[in-house]
Amino acid sequence: MDDEHPDGTPPSGRPPLIHLHQVEKVFEVRRGAGLLRREKHQVRAVDGISFQVGRGEMVGYIGPNGAGKSTTIKMLTGILTPSAGRLRVAGIDPSRERTRLASRIGVVFGQRTTLWWDLPLRDSYRLVHRMYRVPDARFRENLDRCVELLDLGALLDVPVRQLSLGQRMRGDIAAALLHDPEVLYLDEPTIGLDVVSKARVRGFLRDLNAERGTTVLLTTHDLTDIEQLCSRVMVIDHGRLMYDGPLSGLHEVGESERTLVVDLERELPPIVLDGARTVRVEGPRQWLVFPAARSAAPLVARLAAEYPLVDLSVREPDIEAVIARMYGEGQAPVPGAADGPAGPGEAAVTGGETPARRPD
Amino acid sequence: MADGLRAYALIAAMWVRSTMTYRFSFAMTLLSNFVTTGLDFVVILLMFGHVRGLGGFSFAEVAFLYGTTSTSFGLADLLLGQVSRLGRRVRDGTLDTLLVRPAPVLAQVAADRFALRRLGRITQGLVVLVWSLALLDVAWTLPKVLLVPVMVVTGGVLFGSVMVAGAAFQIWAQDGAEVVNAFTYGGNTLLQYPPSVFAGELVRGVVYVVPLAFVNWVPALYVLGRAAPAGLPAWSAFLSPLVAAALCVPAALFWRAGLRAYRSTGS
Repeated sequence: MDDEHPDGTPPSGRPPLIHLHQVEKVFEVRRGAGLLRREKHQVRAVDGISFQVGRGEMVGYIGPNGAGKSTTIKMLTGILTPSAGRLRVAGIDPSRERTRLASRIGVVFGQRTTLWWDLPLRDSYRLVHRMYRVPDARFRENLDRCVELLDLGALLDVPVRQLSLGQRMRGDIAAALLHDPEVLYLDEPTIGLDVVSKARVRGFLRDLNAERGTTVLLTTHDLTDIEQLCSRVMVIDHGRLMYDGPLSGLHEVGESERTLVVDLERELPPIVLDGARTVRVEGPRQWLVFPAARSAAPLVARLAAEYPLVDLSVREPDIEAVIARMYGEGQAPVPGAADGPAGPGEAAVTGGETPARRPD
Repeated sequence: MADGLRAYALIAAMWVRSTMTYRFSFAMTLLSNFVTTGLDFVVILLMFGHVRGLGGFSFAEVAFLYGTTSTSFGLADLLLGQVSRLGRRVRDGTLDTLLVRPAPVLAQVAADRFALRRLGRITQGLVVLVWSLALLDVAWTLPKVLLVPVMVVTGGVLFGSVMVAGAAFQIWAQDGAEVVNAFTYGGNTLLQYPPSVFAGELVRGVVYVVPLAFVNWVPALYVLGRAAPAGLPAWSAFLSPLVAAALCVPAALFWRAGLRAYRSTGS
């Protein structure tokens, strides 16, 4: 059981639109053991997850690869049937009434476009119009709005194959919204996009959530997505919900640290500074870590006053490192050290046995 | 059902528009589809350059068998052939994108990459069929006349059922397109020749196990005034619509089971 959030009301207090209670997904995996013998064993991709998402919430759903993120999303969209537990989206059991649910949700798979490759963007939208039976006036209104806010005007008559990755993602997001879904699931919506495209996508999602009250659930590896969009973040690892709350709280719980990379004029002994500790010295370059929840400004000010500073940069902790710190006993990666014994990703996956995890 | 047909029509129309963006390429593939599928008949033509009959069947009779099964198979291939790509969609995970749309998955999979170039196969089948009808020396009665179009349509349904069942099989097997092709393409090639050239066990298998014999052998042999294969009574020629309808049931059940398996394993 998840003690902190047993089955309580969502933090916002709004009526739940998405409701999961002790949902499990067990896969039977056959593994070759010898030439002909095959061993069956079970993998608990999702291991008893309970949470609620209120109407109009914007939630980040994060965790390392293989943690169970996409399995959860697939159950929420009706692609997969849960092995156990209760699951409702807008009052509908997704796996039983998949097609009925489909017209009330929008799904964007970051790495798989649903647009028609050889046809102008406009044609893909026409298919959505017909297939979802969107009333004409409503469709035109939604399309105009998406075209304006996602800046698609010049792209509507361009075949999709000629669009850039960022343009296509914007096109995909629009396609998922033309039928007025109540929930929008986004799987890695900013993956591979340049800075400008990312900003545009984030801005659009923020407006959508604010103006239409569309509930958004997004998975991402980009912490900035969460920072800029989500008031609430859920962390999943080994199929269990590890954290559910604001992003700032995640940094506190995970005791995550940010890193200051300081370039000095010359080689100096390790910097001594209150509130930060020096973890690495390499010639004139030094690495200092400090708690992520604290502001970097006073540290930088003091550094600049006391040391001959040439350059300085702040490195944010990545999600995987945070999770590794939260649950990987003693296996936390050295901050800022990409050449450490184990990369943060590996540490997060192999790091420590989760105490609550059941044996297979 | 109505939802499925509507979704099918919508998606198929999109694919037709897509292929029409490359008109020259479309024309070439249509032509090559016509020619390559027609090569099977060229083989038969060459054979009859050396022999007078094949398993006791004349050239016109073999052409009649060829024309009926090729047209049936062409129909099924045009309307449902794309389901054989399902294994690929399961492997690369793109089946998921179909599962989040408000339309039956079978309709979406069947209409996926709908290609009018497949009309090439139907056309060459029809050409041979018409030619054989002109050559055949048959005492036409009303039942025999009616049986020809009925045969072509029910044959299409029979092939379609096997294709759908085969697609469901691919969900479990992850691939296995070749196994399925052995039944569909292989069945088509088999039925182009008279049953008398094959071993008795094989003919019985095609009659009683996977009843593809009802595509053309059973009804066509009646039309040709010959005894039905594998000891079936003569009136069994008129059973083919029933057999086709009956085969749809296990195919549909198999499809549902396959989809359910996918949704509970995620493959």
